[in-house]
Amino acid sequence: MSFSWRRVGAILRKELRDYRRNRFVIGTMAATPVLFITLPMIQLIAANVTGNTAHLSLRIGLSLLYMLVIPVTMPSVVCAYSVVGEREQGTLEPVLTTPIRREEFLIAKALAAFVPTLVISYAVFGIFLAVAALFAHPVIVSAIYAGPHVLVQLLFTPLLAGWAIWVGIAVSARSTDVRVAQQLSVLGSVAPLVILALMSLNVITESTALAIGLAAALLVFDLLAWRVVAAMFDRERLVTGRRV
Amino acid sequence: MTKRFGDRVAFDDVSFEVGYGEVFGFLGPNGAGKTTTVRTLGTLLAPSSGSAIVAGISLSPKNGPAIRSRISMMPESPGLYLRLTVLENLQCFAGLYELDDVRGRIDRALGAVNLEDRARDLCGSLSKGLRQRVALARALLNDPAVLFLDEPTSGLDPVATREVHELIASLRERGVTIFLTTHRLEEAERLCHRVAILNTTLRLIGRPGELRQRLFQRSLDVRLRTPLGDPTAVFCAVPEVERWEQTPSGYSLTVSDPDLAAPALARALVGADADILSIAESQHSLEDVYLELINEDVEAKRR
Repeated sequence: MSFSWRRVGAILRKELRDYRRNRFVIGTMAATPVLFITLPMIQLIAANVTGNTAHLSLRIGLSLLYMLVIPVTMPSVVCAYSVVGEREQGTLEPVLTTPIRREEFLIAKALAAFVPTLVISYAVFGIFLAVAALFAHPVIVSAIYAGPHVLVQLLFTPLLAGWAIWVGIAVSARSTDVRVAQQLSVLGSVAPLVILALMSLNVITESTALAIGLAAALLVFDLLAWRVVAAMFDRERLVTGRRV
Repeated sequence: MTKRFGDRVAFDDVSFEVGYGEVFGFLGPNGAGKTTTVRTLGTLLAPSSGSAIVAGISLSPKNGPAIRSRISMMPESPGLYLRLTVLENLQCFAGLYELDDVRGRIDRALGAVNLEDRARDLCGSLSKGLRQRVALARALLNDPAVLFLDEPTSGLDPVATREVHELIASLRERGVTIFLTTHRLEEAERLCHRVAILNTTLRLIGRPGELRQRLFQRSLDVRLRTPLGDPTAVFCAVPEVERWEQTPSGYSLTVSDPDLAAPALARALVGADADILSIAESQHSLEDVYLELINEDVEAKRR
């Protein structure tokens, strides 16, 4: 039996339906963007453009860094629940007794977190750009569009989400408690943000080449993480909770 | 097959066959290895040693998806997505089995468990008994060659238990091969063609009646209005009586053949001027068989 997108679709649809009726997930998906867009917008609108350019650049960098927290926190919280939550509910065993392969299960779980994260993150960034264009000083608007800022957002949003998803699923597959899984997965997901923070804080000089290079590196890490998570996903361990 | 978790043996050297269309009961106390056996046969766990053929396919990691597409398992807990409707739960599993005619199959499965009118209800709003029926409908979706039911009535009230029993009985009538693990002996006695008793090792296997005969010698229970003055003289006069003992309600006689012993005994008792209330063959239940075996194991461990 080969890889089946129909089985992936079955789990994906189920996950999205489940999210829609899960107050915790809806709350996370609604609150995180609101939290991480409000402060940067206020900062930009209220920014003093007559100050030195380094300070302005730092403010813009920090505002955009906030945007990248969304694709890290949102999927890591959702994915942390993905395996251990099902095990706690008793829904994992019936699924594992169907012909589904581990790769299909994992891709379905990953897509279920990835698609809403990407849609929300890009939408939030779009709103941020629109509000900035309408209400921020033209100097700030041109500073946002200058340099690799937009490219960094577009490239790193899916890559950071990918990383957070695999970390979340890996932690979830090895955890016995949802709350512990959520804490650990958020903690493990923020690692790539450190480099971006250093860029935003002007510790590392931002450039398009550096952004593309880091994105490529993160892509490699994402692919490696997928392989590691797939190898960690063992039916026997998931069902019995024992090391095999 | 044998399955170990580190030093702990879940089940050891277990060997049996289940025929097509048979309802096979797998009995044992808690921790006997019943669920582990089901999970192993359902390819969720790998055996530590040994081999098996499930639904005509050799048990191996490579054949896992093929075996799982031909069987169905209903674990002890229904494991439904409570925020999804009954229909959405079944649609998800129809997709996982890559079934054609999804709507038709779901309708038939819901019809089999009498839940057609609850398709749009959220599973979280259903009672425990109804959830169990949804889980059974889910297990029937792919027309499995073998249906594994793990403690299907665990935690259900008597009414819900009876409903599940009726459903299993109707599946038996339809010729579905069922592997039923339970520690409810009346359930196994009522529903199963054959039963196996497991207590880490397979202790006994056969039809419930055969097991009774194998473990217990045939005996007659005699009830009299007043006790006999000299029971030895009366009972020893009947050649079929091998031994006898007094019980609170009368006498229990171990006999070689109850059909021959009963009339001869009646004559002997009338000859002794006894007032006979009843002479009946002792009925050992599957529970007696089970308790006899489990007690033997407890005794063996004590020694």
